[in-house]
Amino acid sequence: MTHSLDIGHSRKAGKSAVPEILRERGQREVFCGLTGIVWLHRKMQDAFFLVVGSRTCAHLIQSAAGVMIFAEPRFATAIIEERDLAGMADVNDELDKTVTRLLERRPEIKLLFLVGSCPSEVIKLDLSRAAARLSKLHSPAVRILNYSGSGIETTFTQGEDACLSSLVAELPRSESAEKSLIVVGSLADVVEDQFARMFEALGIGPVAFLPARNLDALPSLGPGSRYLLAQPFLGDTARALEAQGARRIAAPFPLGVEGTTEWLRAAAVAWGVDPDHFETVTEMPRARGERALERYRQTLNDKSVFFFPDSQLEVPLARFLSRELGMRLTEVGTPYLHAEHLADELSLLPADVLLSEGQDVECQLDRCRSFAPDITVCGLGLANPLEAEGLTTKWAIELVFTPIHGYEQCADLAELFARPLVRKTRLAV
Amino acid sequence: MKLTVWTYEGPPHVGAMRVATAMKGVHYVLHAPQGDTYADLLFTMIERRNKRPPVTYTTFEARDLGSDTAEIFKRAAQDAYDRYQPEAMLVGASCTAELIQDDPAGLAKAMKFPVPVIPLELPSYQRKENWGAAETFYQIVRTLAAPVERRRGTRLDDRSCNILGPTALGFRHRDDVKEIAGLLQALGIRVNVIAPLEAGPEDIKRLGAADFNVVLYPEIAEPAARWLEKTFDQPWTRTIPIGIGATRDFIAEVQEICGRGPVDDDVFQSNFPWWSRSVDSNYLTGKRVFIFGDATHAIAAARVASEEFGFEVVGLGCYNREFARDVRAAAARYGVEPLITDDYLEVEQRISELQPELVLGTQMERHIAKRLNLSCAVISAPVHVQDFPARYAPQMGFEGANVLFDTWVHPLVMGLEEHLLGMFREDFEFSDSAGPSHLGGHGAAEPVDEDISDLTLHWLPDAEKELRKIPFFVRGKARRNTERFARDRDLAEISLETLYDAKAEYGR
Repeated sequence: MTHSLDIGHSRKAGKSAVPEILRERGQREVFCGLTGIVWLHRKMQDAFFLVVGSRTCAHLIQSAAGVMIFAEPRFATAIIEERDLAGMADVNDELDKTVTRLLERRPEIKLLFLVGSCPSEVIKLDLSRAAARLSKLHSPAVRILNYSGSGIETTFTQGEDACLSSLVAELPRSESAEKSLIVVGSLADVVEDQFARMFEALGIGPVAFLPARNLDALPSLGPGSRYLLAQPFLGDTARALEAQGARRIAAPFPLGVEGTTEWLRAAAVAWGVDPDHFETVTEMPRARGERALERYRQTLNDKSVFFFPDSQLEVPLARFLSRELGMRLTEVGTPYLHAEHLADELSLLPADVLLSEGQDVECQLDRCRSFAPDITVCGLGLANPLEAEGLTTKWAIELVFTPIHGYEQCADLAELFARPLVRKTRLAV
Repeated sequence: MKLTVWTYEGPPHVGAMRVATAMKGVHYVLHAPQGDTYADLLFTMIERRNKRPPVTYTTFEARDLGSDTAEIFKRAAQDAYDRYQPEAMLVGASCTAELIQDDPAGLAKAMKFPVPVIPLELPSYQRKENWGAAETFYQIVRTLAAPVERRRGTRLDDRSCNILGPTALGFRHRDDVKEIAGLLQALGIRVNVIAPLEAGPEDIKRLGAADFNVVLYPEIAEPAARWLEKTFDQPWTRTIPIGIGATRDFIAEVQEICGRGPVDDDVFQSNFPWWSRSVDSNYLTGKRVFIFGDATHAIAAARVASEEFGFEVVGLGCYNREFARDVRAAAARYGVEPLITDDYLEVEQRISELQPELVLGTQMERHIAKRLNLSCAVISAPVHVQDFPARYAPQMGFEGANVLFDTWVHPLVMGLEEHLLGMFREDFEFSDSAGPSHLGGHGAAEPVDEDISDLTLHWLPDAEKELRKIPFFVRGKARRNTERFARDRDLAEISLETLYDAKAEYGR
């Protein structure tokens, strides 16, 4: 039926056995959790993110954004200064003043996140108390929450996890035992709309998304709540949802035709959707996705790929590349591997893949060089140096900033990997 | 606590990285948590460097804080030494590590590496990037520069200098160095060492062999130059050779330091003077220009704008407070209020009040200008990938002046086009709101000059309509002048007559 699944090298897919994992510690070449603000502040249109940190934090977000956004962003940094540390100023008073000034300047803000950083964690600035205190002051106009995006606690996409888990406490309660679906994890608006249409066609509902584009659209939580993770990096959020009685629908992640189908199927099964109806609804977009992927298979088939750890999307991406495009996996590095949430993914990986968690970048670079992969997925700090060494690279961050989920985007996702290879063959300079 | 949207400068350890990355044979061990490695991408992406910066980050985590972060530092330092075998090591802390007070300097010293270890104390909660670069360069020079015999020739044509200040991620440093080194060579001056860019510890050792120092970027090189002056009796240049006049002054200063007479003017050629004097450039006269950047580039740009383009400087400022005094003095020369701030919103506010015809600024001001639909050219860091052009494009020296002419004139509406727009204001295809035609021109949004309008004054419909006919790039000024004129005369309404009375009063 889906011939793409037969392409690629033979695999002895050890069904239940989780492959051995290489765990390393050392220098990490990854962003901290503050970086998530770059997409979260565009996704949630009435929220503002105030980082309480240092000049480094401000500089990081600005640099990670790559290009500065012309519109005044819905984030800022309250930079801790010497006088705050020396006790010449009370940090809490200073924070209160800063927040008041900010809210005066941006009266349209309904939700304010105080975002902890490495310095604020180390000086033990209690942002949860600050959030409670400031909430009292500014409610009901503004809700004020806090989470930590610090590098000593979070890696890149874990910032979104921390943000969403703080949001779970704010979700309205419902006593209804009737089933409702929450799709968890930031998705591009266009993808969210596609999924909403798909669920509707399948007869699955009501469906809400977390995070929502606006505070008013946040899902409510109750005994009937079921949730589907759209992203693999949401361990804390899942735990917070479970604590409120919501139950997870286990599934692979909606990357590629296969991933999207299985993800939707898991929801369909939970809703008792007739399998024939499921086939009917998904048939067209599946066929379309297959067709679109065909174009890239020629470029990518049998090419080897190496993943440096970045966004925790590495395992589902590797599964997609290996099973639907026939790519050979060398090492798949991920900052953190959530065994339970990735169980359905891991079982689809070839048995001979080297999985690594954490990072010692120098050692990993040595391994990458010895694999000499056809394409290396890595962060922006490594890409040009590796290109200069003769390796072909793909910026990992583009995989986070591009709509890649769902049927209609699976070819776009494949294209992101094909482009550097195609470019290499085109250039004669 | 300071609320910040965008920052002009990074933290001081990024300044240290700019020095380390520029150099050869040094390695920087930075005690820092995960995430601080973002700074690598500044070099590999913005500057397109083909090597990772020579920096090892210790990457401590929350769970290490209770135990032994110092041990993590030591392991990282040892691994870095073993792997990279540097000729000198820099050690220091980023903002978070500064708080946990592990004393990287003491730890590294105790490890007795067989190479010089240079400890950096960069207070992250007080200082910023330029300061960090200056302090790092100063510490490197102080530690490594050794007394060397100065091969001072007795002949006047045997003089040598060092060029100080260029770093990684500097605004056109790569090309400025080439241009000025060429200029010095043409003057018969040997270049002993260029540092920090491309210099190794062995080169730093030889700094004392030169007769004097050329300081291209005082923000970075001044502390080192002062120390070299004190220690090796090396004078250093104060003139920044940006623009024709300043380049000539620079040559005169160099000649004087060398004990030689003035250089014949026609020895050095640039197209700039004739390009600026040719009649086509008449339209540049009196264009109102707002200038903001690091102090050195802003002050230099103001002189070029005023004396060499014939522009009117309507605003001047810098983001680095360390050099505020120089900017204040320069602003006084042009009769404008100096703007010393690192708050991007304040700069935006000032620009929108002044409604200049041209903004000369950093990447931040480029954004502001785009928002306000004003013309803009970039003259200073902070940098963007566009500030590392493939072609040779210095800012300094005679070729630098040519580059300034081209890049500052390019964003403006050109001479005759300006007239045509003024004459046929209602042409549906060729209207001013489309923007300069040579820049593609279509779809540029009408600037919202209503923002700055005085709400207590009432514009009568005829006057408002007439105002619309004034080309957009001077409309803001016309509105402001007219409103000022009306206020001064206590007029509550602005009529057609008021508009033209004000025009007569203020001229163009």
